[in-house]
Amino acid sequence: MTLALDLVSWACLMLGAAFVVIGGIGLVRMPDFFTRTHPAGLTDTLGAGLILVGLMIESGWSLNLAKLAMILIFLLFTSPTASHALAHAALVSGLKPWTKPGADSEQNRSKP
Amino acid sequence: MSPQFVIVAIAILATMGLAVSRAVVGPTVFDRILAANTFGTKTVLLIAVVGYLTGRPDFLDLALVYALINFIGVIAALKFIKFGHFADHRSESNR
Amino acid sequence: MAHRISLFVSLATVWLLLSGHYTGLLLTLGAASCVVVIAISHRMDVIDHESHPIHLGWRLPGYWLWLLAEIVKANIDVARRVVDPSLPIDPRLFEVPAHQKTDLGRVIYANSITLTPGTLSTDVSRDKIQVHALSGAGEDDLRTGTMDAKVCALEGNS
Repeated sequence: MTLALDLVSWACLMLGAAFVVIGGIGLVRMPDFFTRTHPAGLTDTLGAGLILVGLMIESGWSLNLAKLAMILIFLLFTSPTASHALAHAALVSGLKPWTKPGADSEQNRSKP
Repeated sequence: MSPQFVIVAIAILATMGLAVSRAVVGPTVFDRILAANTFGTKTVLLIAVVGYLTGRPDFLDLALVYALINFIGVIAALKFIKFGHFADHRSESNR
Repeated sequence: MAHRISLFVSLATVWLLLSGHYTGLLLTLGAASCVVVIAISHRMDVIDHESHPIHLGWRLPGYWLWLLAEIVKANIDVARRVVDPSLPIDPRLFEVPAHQKTDLGRVIYANSITLTPGTLSTDVSRDKIQVHALSGAGEDDLRTGTMDAKVCALEGNS
């Protein structure tokens, strides 16, 4: 493999790893369910995407590239569907979204 | 052994740890499912990266299957929480 | 009929890419399973323009490229907010109009909204989509209606 491709692959993998970790931190830091879905989407789109693209460059032209592309396309199709289903179910069950000036975050944590 | 795969694997494992902590803390059932979903997609990535780390790209097939199962699992868990059972009698009576 | 041929081509592609063994027996088994899947799908009546949107054609890759750029921008914005020690978020729930003519168009629009981090569609009805956004920036982006217009253009006149 040429040096340039190697560097691009490294960059993709490291950036992807950074996005995945930032998403994980966001999942713990955010104040309520609805805001937590956003960092979770972060890890599903660019985090997963960059890591899989890095692996694709690493594998070169082979069947593995097609398999990685299939995993990526599948993740990009299903992750918004799952997020939407979750958020819709949470909203229907009466979970109130947290808003900025709301110091009364306790009332938002009512059980569904 | 390539160092870049080790770094990525550690990063993914760290995120999986954070997701598990969110799943334990909750507080609502939706937080837990969201954390489980994140954990599942990170598992797919981890399987793929570990496949390259150990020089066995056959692991990609497992990652693909896990991606399928994870999605169906999340939807099934949601449906179970919403209805309390998997059978949807109303849609059957409409047929 | 075009949908069935297109479904056969995509199933065969998946088989060829995933198996990696190109012997007579396995290729025959693959073709047979593709035919069985199409027969079952035909009986279930699920092969139509919604499950297999080939009429979108070559407009789809262009839309994906545009969406990719949006996703990258939104990712950087959300990542910046997460790592900022003061956590500068201002979540809100609002509705945006959806001008798509078909259900498929609305689903593409809603999924594009959800796929872009920072905005999350929570409910879809006939002419509007309820969205939860992490910040005012995400709401302003959607309110410009660019994505709505792009999905409408993707739908075409069909």
